[in-house]
Amino acid sequence: MWALKLKGVPFEYIEEDLFTNKSELLLKSNPVYKKIPVLIHNGKPISESTVILEYIEETWPENPLLPVDPHERAIARFWIKFMEDKIPIMFAFFLSNPGEKQDKAKKDCLEVLRTIEEHGLKEDKKFFGGTNIGLTDLVFGLLAYQWELMEEIVGVKLMEVHSFPRLHTWAENFKSVSVIKENLPDRDRLFARLKGRKEVLVGSSKSH
Amino acid sequence: MEKLKLLGTYTSPFNRRVMWALKLKGVPFEYIEEDLFTNKSELLLKSNPVYKKIPVLIHNGKPISESTVILEYIEETWPENPLLPVDPHERAIARFWIKFMEDKDKAKKDCLEVLRTIEEHGLKEDKKFFGGTNIGLTDLVFGLLAYQWELMEEIVGVKLMEVHSFPRLHTWAENFKSVSVIKENLPDRDRLFARLKGRKEVLVGSSKSH
Repeated sequence: MWALKLKGVPFEYIEEDLFTNKSELLLKSNPVYKKIPVLIHNGKPISESTVILEYIEETWPENPLLPVDPHERAIARFWIKFMEDKIPIMFAFFLSNPGEKQDKAKKDCLEVLRTIEEHGLKEDKKFFGGTNIGLTDLVFGLLAYQWELMEEIVGVKLMEVHSFPRLHTWAENFKSVSVIKENLPDRDRLFARLKGRKEVLVGSSKSH
Repeated sequence: MEKLKLLGTYTSPFNRRVMWALKLKGVPFEYIEEDLFTNKSELLLKSNPVYKKIPVLIHNGKPISESTVILEYIEETWPENPLLPVDPHERAIARFWIKFMEDKDKAKKDCLEVLRTIEEHGLKEDKKFFGGTNIGLTDLVFGLLAYQWELMEEIVGVKLMEVHSFPRLHTWAENFKSVSVIKENLPDRDRLFARLKGRKEVLVGSSKSH
């Protein structure tokens, strides 16, 4: 959604009910995974968020979200893939309950955050790619607004500002981009849904 | 002359995808075999500090890691003999299947389901390759199914990709292996078999093959 809005591309948004009633359109458009998001352009469906982002970038080149230089593009894609690969680790932490598994999940998450802090972000760069927001920032977006809610639900704070100054600065920069600021989910609503999701999936949470 | 180095290992299918792409485009490069178990080179550690893995492509001193990221870089930097379709939607479909295979490389569960999905949704009756009449990046990423998979099945002692169950996959594998660049750049069968068998013994301590 952010990518389309950053490029000023109008679209129709359809909210799917994934748990009780996936629409016919969704099942027909993504027969392999039956998951969202799915972008349908002139009747042709595209699935997988990173594939959709590349498609959007190619089809609407105005307000580019990838660098021009091929090596810089490769670096952007490297970090996009990194975050995609680490999302299960972040969610394993979110779904964990106190105990050995949570200790391991904490350790894995801290390592991910440390790698991003040390290798992904640069002192002099506002965003992952430089001075302008790009696809990589969109893919890391959840760290800027959703992550602290997840930490609150688990009852464990990992992304402390003194340990991860670059990540915190990046998060502030990210959220101050007007398209992002205007298109963040409502905090309380998101918190309630995440808490509910954890309860359904693992049966308990630390938050009261 | 542009300096191009590829750090890889003989048995890695991730490395092989990159080699095929460079050769299909006729791009010369220097190949450096890495010893991942006992002695990773300084160059590898410096070029891929996040993962310390191969393949790594180093172009004019700048390193690129992650095989699919390298493939996109190669496609953009050397557009001759294109390996992605021109049409954006077709490109999106190619990338969807590349991501599918990447996810399955990691998951390694329920192989039959994976093969079935590829057979039913990924391949089309009238298409020689994943993208159509010409070989493309998607075919390179699925490459291991065409030559390495049967060796792995032999080592495990279980045949999954039977021709009567997966006729399209078998036809695709034949088409893939008959492309001259691929045919000339497949690892030696016996050598690959020995290495895979050895790898399994080191990792899990046994194999079904005698």
